[in-house]
Amino acid sequence: MNDVTGHLIIIFGVLFAFMTIAGGLIWVERRLLAMWQDRYGPNRVGPFGLFQVIADMVKIFAKEDWIPPFADKPVFVLAPVIIVLSALMSFTVLPLAPGVGVVDLNIGLLFFLAMSSLGVYSITLAGWASGSKYSLLGGLRAAAQMLSYEVFMGLSLMGVVMMAGSFNLGDIVEAQKGMWFCIPQFLGLAVFIISGVAETHRLPFDLPEAESELVAGFHAEYSGIKFGMFFVGEYLGITLISALIATLFFGGWLGPVFPPIVWFFIKTAVFICGFILLRASLPRPRYDQLMALGWKVMLPLSLANLMVTAAVLLATGK
Amino acid sequence: MLSLLKTMWTVFLHLFRRKITVSYPEEKPYVPPRWRGRIILSCDPDGGERCVACYLCAVACPVDCIALQAAEDEHGRRYPEFFRINFSRCIFCGFCEEACPAYAIQLTTDFEMGEYKRQNLVYEKEDLLISGPGKYPGYNFYRTAGLSIEGKDKGEAENELPPVDVRGIMP
Repeated sequence: MNDVTGHLIIIFGVLFAFMTIAGGLIWVERRLLAMWQDRYGPNRVGPFGLFQVIADMVKIFAKEDWIPPFADKPVFVLAPVIIVLSALMSFTVLPLAPGVGVVDLNIGLLFFLAMSSLGVYSITLAGWASGSKYSLLGGLRAAAQMLSYEVFMGLSLMGVVMMAGSFNLGDIVEAQKGMWFCIPQFLGLAVFIISGVAETHRLPFDLPEAESELVAGFHAEYSGIKFGMFFVGEYLGITLISALIATLFFGGWLGPVFPPIVWFFIKTAVFICGFILLRASLPRPRYDQLMALGWKVMLPLSLANLMVTAAVLLATGK
Repeated sequence: MLSLLKTMWTVFLHLFRRKITVSYPEEKPYVPPRWRGRIILSCDPDGGERCVACYLCAVACPVDCIALQAAEDEHGRRYPEFFRINFSRCIFCGFCEEACPAYAIQLTTDFEMGEYKRQNLVYEKEDLLISGPGKYPGYNFYRTAGLSIEGKDKGEAENELPPVDVRGIMP
């Protein structure tokens, strides 16, 4: 009985924590972007403008929830649910601290990869179900982008898996006790960050959305809380990828002085800020440039990383 | 690749720059003295209304936001019976101020005129009239103009010569 309550506490704690982070990111992102553009950003509602999130939420709930008559209704409604669900599912395998995690899957990493591939369906379906040309173009781009970037996202992580000898995220963190994987797996880290940005379709790889070309891409027809779901899904994606970078390459909960969970969140927060910095500074590449970068640079790089890691591991006989 | 990292670093350093934003209600921006803001009607140093209800401001106004009705008091002085400016139409171009021969209508540096009801932006004469002379401290139209009113005949104004007797033959 006590065990069940403990699990429930962890489950709801994780859900609450990550939903709060995702919601708070609305404010964090606007504030940070503003700071980097020599502005202040939202600083009026509550202390430091923190209640801006609540104001935004109230606003988005009160908006008209409109479904276009030309849309494919069931799919149109389902699409935003999928993105949030798949992102939330991935959080289950994350170890926040030794023994603190929703499930201790021994194929945790594979589960994450599977869930992140499912997230693509949301965007593609949203683009298709909207029944408008810009949405369709956005959905199409999302499909192609995910297809190409998914490949070496998985491959870039295989080096880590080989070094740790496990797909279990907790074991991977434990394996970094001596040295964080960001040093031996530097290439893997670089490739994973780039594919992670593409995976969450954030700037500079936000081609499915591309306000300046496709209105708003796949969610051009969405309004109200459905649009909000896409937004929360995107922020959940950022949090997820940041948490994974921290877990896989920067030693997760490992760190001196502070308790493990604090280290986990500090590291995650740093990478979240990195995501926002990317958005603040880099321009969006053209569509064919994105594809060329994916297949011609990133795939060979990740393959080379895999080979070299394997060769070194074999040679040292681990 | 290197240029991308350099860009990111430069953008990051902007975190420590001084912010350009002026946080307005707490921190007032500099307003130049010739700012064209809320319109007022001034009075001459003796306390009389300057406006002589000549309609020139209403004619000059490109958006027709000024309405007035001329009247004349028992001393022969013209004054506006009512004077109404619809600030929801006003574009603060300052043409009325330029057109005014009596320096009566003037634009001020006040711009905080927000209202919840549109009707409240229609200012009547009692809202517009101020007690002071505004930008032109010493000026009094009736004391300098050659118009005869009660207590001041032709030729009695400041710097004004007595009227020429056009029928006289003396030089």
